[in-house]
Amino acid sequence: MAEPVLETAGLSRLFGGLAAVQDVALSVVPGEVHAVVGPNGAGKTTLINLLSGDLRPSSGTVRYQGEDITGWPAYRVARAGIGRSYQKTNIFREFTAFENCWLASKAKLGRLPLFRPARAFRETIERAERALVLCALEQRRDTRAGAMSYGEQRQLELAMMLATEPRLLLLDEPLAGMGPEESQRVIELLRKLAVDHTMVMIEHDMDAVFAIAQRITVMVNGTVLASGTPEAIRANRQVQQAYLGEDH
Amino acid sequence: MPRISRPILLLLLAGTAFLALFPLWGETFYIRFVTRIMVYALFAMSLDLLVGYVGLVSLGHAAFFGVAIYTVAGLVNKAGITSAFAILPAALALSAACALVIGWISIRTSGVYFIMITLALAQMLYYFFNDQKYWGGTDGMNIDRRPDLMLGDMVLFNFNDRVQFYYLALACLVVAFLLLYRLLRSPFGHALVGIRANEGRMRALGYDVQRLKLIAFVIAGTVAGLAGFLEAARGTFASPAHLGWHESGHALVLVILGGIGTLFGPVIGTFVLLLMEDYFATLTDRWLLIMGVFVIAVVMFLPNGLAGLLKRLERRDG
Repeated sequence: MAEPVLETAGLSRLFGGLAAVQDVALSVVPGEVHAVVGPNGAGKTTLINLLSGDLRPSSGTVRYQGEDITGWPAYRVARAGIGRSYQKTNIFREFTAFENCWLASKAKLGRLPLFRPARAFRETIERAERALVLCALEQRRDTRAGAMSYGEQRQLELAMMLATEPRLLLLDEPLAGMGPEESQRVIELLRKLAVDHTMVMIEHDMDAVFAIAQRITVMVNGTVLASGTPEAIRANRQVQQAYLGEDH
Repeated sequence: MPRISRPILLLLLAGTAFLALFPLWGETFYIRFVTRIMVYALFAMSLDLLVGYVGLVSLGHAAFFGVAIYTVAGLVNKAGITSAFAILPAALALSAACALVIGWISIRTSGVYFIMITLALAQMLYYFFNDQKYWGGTDGMNIDRRPDLMLGDMVLFNFNDRVQFYYLALACLVVAFLLLYRLLRSPFGHALVGIRANEGRMRALGYDVQRLKLIAFVIAGTVAGLAGFLEAARGTFASPAHLGWHESGHALVLVILGGIGTLFGPVIGTFVLLLMEDYFATLTDRWLLIMGVFVIAVVMFLPNGLAGLLKRLERRDG
C-alpha cells in the first residue's frame, strides 16, 4: 500500500468532559476518496475541524505528507495544500461569485504584496475563472453570492476551495440540503475531482458514498467503528446494526 | 475593494484643485483653518483604513497621533533637535512602534473587546503624559520652535511660512490618499476587505489573518503619526488631550459621518464638521447642541455617511 498522505493517531478532542472525537486513527492514501459516515453527533465535523486546523486536538497527532501538522493554525494547513468546504455554506455573500473565487485564489500568493495592484497577478484571476468553470458557475460569474440559489451557493463553496488548488480536499457534507438534480450535478463534479485529488468526505447520502468512495470509515460516538472498502463495510455486521439499520 | 466612479473622481479632483488654489485669495485665518482641517482629515482617513476596511473599530487611534506630537516636543524641547530630517522619521517610527505593540495585543480580541482594549491601552499612554511633570503634565507643553528643513545653509522648506505649510499638509493628504488607495487595490487590500466580511473563511482559505490585521494596524498608526507630526509643527503644542479617548472618539465621528470604507468620506466629513463647528460657534454658545442634532440626523438618515449621499445622488443621475 502507498504511503498515506494524511494519517492520524490517537486523535481526540474533548469539549468539557465530553469526548467529541476519541482516539481516532485515520489513514488516507494518495488518490483515494475516503468517506466518513456515521449518525448525527458521531464527531465527523469535529474530526474535519481537527484535520483542517479549525480546532486544536486535545491529544493525538495529525501527519500530512509525512510532516507533523498537529496544532497548526488553519491558514498554515490550508497553505500546505489541504482545502476544506463547510457543511454550513460559508461564503462572502456581498461579493460576486468571481470575487469569492478570486479572494480564494489570491491566498496562494502567501506573503501578500502591498502595492502591486491585484489585477497584475494574472494567474490568480485565471485560477479563479477555472474554478468557476469547473463548478459550472461561469454563467453566474458576476452575480452577488448572496443572491444565488442555495445549490449554486454550495457549488460556489466548492469552487472557492478549488481556487486555492489544494491537493487534499476535506469536504463536509457537500450534498447537504440539495435536491436530487443538484446532488447529481455535484456528484458528477466530485467524480471529476476524484481523478486528480485525494478526498476526505463526510456525507449522509449513502448512495453517493457508495458511488464514489473507495474507502469508508464509520464513526459512532466519537470513535471509529469500522474502516474498509465499501464492500467490507456493507458486509460488516456491527456497522449494519449501528448505522445502516437491521434490514440491510 | 474600493471603486471610485467617474463623477466622484471628478468631484475629488475639483475639490483638490480648489484646495490647491485657495491660498491665492484665502484670508490668513482661513488658510490656517483649512490647514488644520487637512491635518485632521489625514488623521481620520488613517482610522478609516481600520474601521472601514478591516472592520476594526479602534477607540485608541489618537495614541499614535499624540505620540508623534510628543516625539516632536521631546526632540525640539528636550534634545534641541530641530531638523525635520530627524524629527519626521523619529515621529513616524515611534508611532509605528506604538501601533505594533498596541496592535499586537488588541488584535487578539474582536468586537466590543477590541474597542475596550484599544481604549484602555491608549488611556495608559494618556495618563503617562498627563501625570509626568517632565512632559508638562495636564497642561501639556509648548513646542519651543517649529522644525526646519535645511541643506547646509539652504532652507529647503520653511515650516513657519503658513502658505508653504498649507501646501505641505495638502500634499501629505493627497499622497496618503493615493498610497492607501493603491494599497487597497493590492492583494493585501483585498484580503483586508475579506477579513471584514468573513474572517473565519479567510483563515480556511490560507490567509494569516492576525498578521494582516497587525500590518494594517501599523500602517494606520504610522499615517496617524504623520498627521501628528503635522499637528505638532502647525500648532506647536503638545497636550495629553491629543492622545485621549476624546480625540479618538472625535476621529471616529468624522469617519462615520463622512462614510466608512471610502477613504475620501472621512476627508469630506472632517471638512463639513469642522467648518460647521466654526460657523455655529460664531452664532451661538449652544453650537454643540446644533452639532449634536446634525450628527444624529446624518447617522439616522444617511447610514453610509456623506459619501453615501454622494453615491446615492450619482445613482439617481445615471
